[in-house]
Amino acid sequence: MSTLIEVTDLQKSYWRNNIEIPVLNKLNLGVESGEFLALMGPSGSGKTTLLNLIAGIDRPTEGKITIDGSDIAKMSESNLAKWRSANIGFIFQFYNLIPVLTAYENVELPLLLTKLKKDERKKHVETALTIVGLGDRMHHSPKQLSGGQEQRVAIARAIVTDPLILVADEPTGDLDKNSATEILNLMEKLNKEYKKTIVMVTHDPHAAERAGRILHLEKGELVKETV
Amino acid sequence: MKILKIMFKNSMRHKLRTSLTILGISVAVIAFIVMRSIVSAWDVGVEAAAADRVIVRNSVSFIFPIPYAYKDKLEKIEGVKRVTWANWFGGVYKEKENFFGRLAVDHNTFLDVYPEFLISPDEKKMFMEDIQSCIIGEATANQFKIKKGDIVTLQGDIYPGNWDFKVAAVYKPRDKITDATGMYFRWDYLNQRLEKESPDRANESGWYVLQVNDPSQIAAISQKVDNYFKNSAAATKTESERAFNQGFISSSSAILTAMNVVSFVIIGIIMLVLGNTMIMSARERTREYSVLKTLGFSGKHLTGLILGESLLISFIGGIVGLLLGEMVVTGLGQVVPKTIFPLLEVSTLNIILAMVAALLVGFIASIFPIHKAVNTKIVDGFRFVG
Ligand SMILES: Nc1ncnc2c1ncn2[C@@H]1O[C@H](COP(=O)(O)OP(=O)(O)OP(=O)(O)O)[C@@H](O)[C@H]1O
Ligand SMILES: [Mg+2]
Repeated sequence: MSTLIEVTDLQKSYWRNNIEIPVLNKLNLGVESGEFLALMGPSGSGKTTLLNLIAGIDRPTEGKITIDGSDIAKMSESNLAKWRSANIGFIFQFYNLIPVLTAYENVELPLLLTKLKKDERKKHVETALTIVGLGDRMHHSPKQLSGGQEQRVAIARAIVTDPLILVADEPTGDLDKNSATEILNLMEKLNKEYKKTIVMVTHDPHAAERAGRILHLEKGELVKETV
Repeated sequence: MKILKIMFKNSMRHKLRTSLTILGISVAVIAFIVMRSIVSAWDVGVEAAAADRVIVRNSVSFIFPIPYAYKDKLEKIEGVKRVTWANWFGGVYKEKENFFGRLAVDHNTFLDVYPEFLISPDEKKMFMEDIQSCIIGEATANQFKIKKGDIVTLQGDIYPGNWDFKVAAVYKPRDKITDATGMYFRWDYLNQRLEKESPDRANESGWYVLQVNDPSQIAAISQKVDNYFKNSAAATKTESERAFNQGFISSSSAILTAMNVVSFVIIGIIMLVLGNTMIMSARERTREYSVLKTLGFSGKHLTGLILGESLLISFIGGIVGLLLGEMVVTGLGQVVPKTIFPLLEVSTLNIILAMVAALLVGFIASIFPIHKAVNTKIVDGFRFVG
C-alpha cells in the first residue's frame, strides 16, 4: 500500500476579532491508500477542521497537504473545486441534501459538472443508489425519507463520481442505533469491496471500531493511535 | 440545464412568500403603469392641440361670454385666416350620467378649422342646409346607439328647454388622439331660439377660435387681439390652443409631478420587497450553497441560481402587473371623458419602462445575496445557523 494522503507540519488558525485561535499545531499524518481511518477526540479538538483541510474545503495556515501526489494547498480556488469534485466524496452529519430535489436529483448533482450525457448520468446514479440499497426510493424527496435513508442518499451522492477518498464527519451522529449500524456496514462495504479510502470523524467508539486505525486528537495534536 | 430546475424549485419553496412578493411587484407595476399612462395622456392632450389654432376667451373667466360682435373685428386682424366660435351647451341627454361634450358651433367655419372631424360631403351639405342638424362623434354614437337621421333630444340647463337635433352625420376621428365623443350643433339655431326666449343672452359667443396662417405669428397675433379689446366691454385673453391646453393642465401640474415622482418611488418600494425576499431566501440556503460549492459548483453557478430566481419573480410580477394595469387603464379610459384624456392607453414606451424597471429591480435585489453566497467560505457556511 502506498501513502495517499500526506499531511506535513499542518497548522491552522482562525481569527476572530483580530485574535488568533490556533486549532491545529504542527500536525503530521499519513493515510495509506485503501485505509479506513477514524478520528476521535473531544469537542473542539479540531477534528472537523482537519477533515475539511484534507478534503480541500478549507485552507491551511501553514504546512503541506499532499494527496495522490498533488499539493492541494497550492491550488487555485477553481482548480481546487475541480479537484474536489473529482477526488473527494463528502458525507456530513446532517446529510445536507438539497431539500427541493429528489433522491435521484441529489445524487445526480455532482455529475452535472462532468461531461457525462443524460443517459450515462442515469446509469451512474442508479448504480450508486442501488449500492446504498435505495434503488426503489429514487424519486422520493428527502422529506419522504428517514434519517438513515437520507444519509444513504448522501453516501450515494458521495460515491457517484467514484472518488478516491470519502470523508465523513460524524456520519452516524444524528441516527438511531439501527440506522447507524446500517450506515457503518455500508461504509465498511465501500472500504472493503470498492476500495475507497475513508477518513471518518466520530464520537462513537462503536463506529470507530469499524475503522482499521483510530487516531485521537486533542487540542490540535494527535495524541494516541489505536490499531 | 439542471441548475435551472433547481432555480424553479427554489422559487416555489415558500409558495406563500413567493406569491406575496409577486403580488407586491404586480401591484407596484399596476400603480406605475396607471400613473405613467395618465402622465402620458396629459402630454398627448397638449400635443393633440393643433398648432395653428388660437383661443380667444373672456379675460375674467372661461365661463363668461364674449360679444358676437367681436367676430368681424377678429376677422380683420392680420394673419388670421378663419374665425370660428362656440358655446358650451351642457344639458342632459336622457340621464345625467351620460356625459359627452355638447357645443354650439358655427356651421360655416367649424369643419374647416377642425379638419380632424371627418364627414362626407353629402353629410356636410345636410349640416349646412338644416338649421336643426348636428354631428356626433363615433364613440358617443356607438355608445348610445345613435344613427344618422335620428332625433337627439337634449334637456337644457345652461339654456333651459327641450332641444331637438337631427343627426346629419356621425363623424369619424382623423386619428387616435382626436376626440370622437363630441356633439356639435349649429350656433345659429341656439341663437335664434335665444332671441325669442331670452333675448338678453342672444348674440354671445362662449369663445372664439382663430385659425392663423403662420403658427410662428401666434404670440404677436394674440398680443394684438388682447390689446384691441383691452378697453372693450369684455377684455380678452388669447393664447395658442396648445398653451390653452397646457394651462388647463398646469393647474394640475403639481399632481402630475407628484405622480411622476411617486411612480419612481414605487420602483424603490418593489426593490425593497423583492430584495427582502431574496435576502431571506439566500440566508436560509446558506448551508445549501456551501454544499453546492463543496461539490464543485462555482460562484457563477450560484450567481445564476440566485439571479435567475430574482429575475423570474420580478418578471412574473411585471407581466401580471402589466396585464392588470392594462385592464385598469382601459377601464379608466372608458370612464374618463375624452375631452380630459384624448388618449388614455398603455403605450409601448410605458410597457418597456415597466418591464425594464421590474427586471432591473430583480437584478439589483439579487446583488447582495449573490455577493454573500459567493463570498461566504464553505466552512463558514456549514457552521452558519440561520
Ligand atoms: N470557521 C471557523 N471560524 C472560527 N473558528 C472556527 C471555525 N471552525 C472551527 N473553529 C474553531 O476551531 C476549533 C475546532 O473546531 P472543530 O470544528 O474542528 O472541532 P471538532 O473537533 O470538530 O469539534 P466537534 O466534535 O464539536 O465537532 C473550535 O474552537 C472552533 O470554535
Ligand atoms: Mg466537528
